[in-house]
Amino acid sequence: MREGDEIARLITFLFAASVVLVTLLLVFELWQGSVLPRHKFGFNFFRTSVWDPIFDQFGALPFIYGTLVTAGVALVIAVPLGIGAAIFLAELAPARVSDTLEFFIDLLAAVPSVIYGLLGVFIVVPLMREYIQPALKNTLGFLPLFQGPVYGVGLLTAGIVLAIMVIPYIISVSREVLLSVPRDQREAALSLGSTHWESTWKVVVPFARGGIMGSIFLALARALGETMAVTMVIGNAPVISASLFSPGDSIASVIANQFTEATGDLYLQSLIELGLVLFLITFILNGLARLLIVVTSQKGSAMSNA
Amino acid sequence: MSSNLRWRKFVSGFMLTMTGVCALVAVSVLFFILGYLVFHGGTSISWNFFTKLPAPVGEGGGGMANAIVGSAKLLLLASLIGVPVGFFGAIYLAEFGGGATTFVVRYAADLLNGVPSIVIGIFAYGLVVLPFKHFSTLAGGFALGLMMIPVTLRSTEEFLRGVPRALREAAMALGASKWKTVATVIVPAAYRGILTAVLLAFARVAGETAPLLFTAFGNRFWSPGWDQPTSSLPVMIFTYAIAPYEDWHRQAWAAGLVLLGLILVINIVARAILARGIAVPRS
Repeated sequence: MREGDEIARLITFLFAASVVLVTLLLVFELWQGSVLPRHKFGFNFFRTSVWDPIFDQFGALPFIYGTLVTAGVALVIAVPLGIGAAIFLAELAPARVSDTLEFFIDLLAAVPSVIYGLLGVFIVVPLMREYIQPALKNTLGFLPLFQGPVYGVGLLTAGIVLAIMVIPYIISVSREVLLSVPRDQREAALSLGSTHWESTWKVVVPFARGGIMGSIFLALARALGETMAVTMVIGNAPVISASLFSPGDSIASVIANQFTEATGDLYLQSLIELGLVLFLITFILNGLARLLIVVTSQKGSAMSNA
Repeated sequence: MSSNLRWRKFVSGFMLTMTGVCALVAVSVLFFILGYLVFHGGTSISWNFFTKLPAPVGEGGGGMANAIVGSAKLLLLASLIGVPVGFFGAIYLAEFGGGATTFVVRYAADLLNGVPSIVIGIFAYGLVVLPFKHFSTLAGGFALGLMMIPVTLRSTEEFLRGVPRALREAAMALGASKWKTVATVIVPAAYRGILTAVLLAFARVAGETAPLLFTAFGNRFWSPGWDQPTSSLPVMIFTYAIAPYEDWHRQAWAAGLVLLGLILVINIVARAILARGIAVPRS
């Protein structure tokens, strides 16, 4: 290589290396920033549910619970809707319709979370309080999930808003994966006499299963880490209750609400440790998701090349 | 079994219709959001919104001029960090890298991309806010810039790799050095894609709220210079929406309309640029 090339290589390398550096620094800082609670509480941090800044007692259980429950509710709603829509876009809609709808879905994915929060506060919350929660209470009230006072805000509301937010991710990725399923697979099923739906559900979807799982993991990672919309509708109370109507708190929402007013090192560092937990969870989920999507897409292209 | 077949055909038709309903529901959310924002925001928006400072509670009127300027400053800083690092980093990955380094950089970028935005806020707080001892535009811009890097980097790399091999070889055959090939042939050939990547990254961080909560913080007044807390549109929407005042809610709707309008326009422009780029015939 010539001299100019060496210089260009070095300069671009420095920029590329800074990405790695920043990422390492981020992990280091989260680790370093949460020394106090890690030493003081150890594993009990995840097992106790008292969050009391005045007596310096910090247990993360209510937030972990809130995070998991809201994300769970979100997936229960978003997965069938998202996969259904993806099947329509990939299998049924003409290419032009599919591309147009995909364009709208992409725009939907670009809507910032604070806007979802705004609509959540002024539309979903009143709707939940006036109609949906009373209706659920009347019909399914025998389940502990749907008991207790109705506030409008709470775990269920947060889960629903989250569902609306993650549906575009599930649709986009699943559609992509479904489209990569080789044509032969569909034709083989149809030629054996299966209906359009049977070929889709029993052949195409199982073929794309890994990638669809990947899209769900991706959506789960987003739902767990989502901050603003959840903070605005979850009710912000560190309690663990079997009822989905109960207000709660997620890891991200407690950080958003309390970080600036945290007095004392232990308090602040406990919040940072929550951040570390959130980081690790999303790190693992994103890794799994990417692996699944890549493996499935490669399977598709390998088959069509054969 | 003709009744069996009829049943199977019925199931097929029914389920496929249901998938159509799912798609319709998903897409209609977008129009619902837009409609509601235009309806509520449109009636609350006025000239004052763009030119006045926030009014004290109870006193009607007022605007978000400081938040608009604050957001502009934050996004400028973010672009100054995110675009160069993403762009040059991508050139390294696509043109100069190879082997383990490329893998590590790409992995780090993907990791950074998946970090929840609130955690980015914690990081920027520790790195910029703590040493300076107060919230600042600088810290907020840093946090947003950090979030721009992986998006810019990965998509720019894709577009650089998409440049046909023949173009590279032609330039090299004419005796151009590697960096000259990159600077005068490859980057210009991929510029539409790169522009799209940068615009999408910009639109993504323009609406980010969580990383600003404890970096840029907020401010009821103008924020001079770069080392003072500043207000921004997304954070204003958040604080105004959860406050109990009717006046503030209207302002929040107006701010939401402005913010979403900006983000959607950038998204549409970015996609239009890319679509035109693909339509250019390759001979």
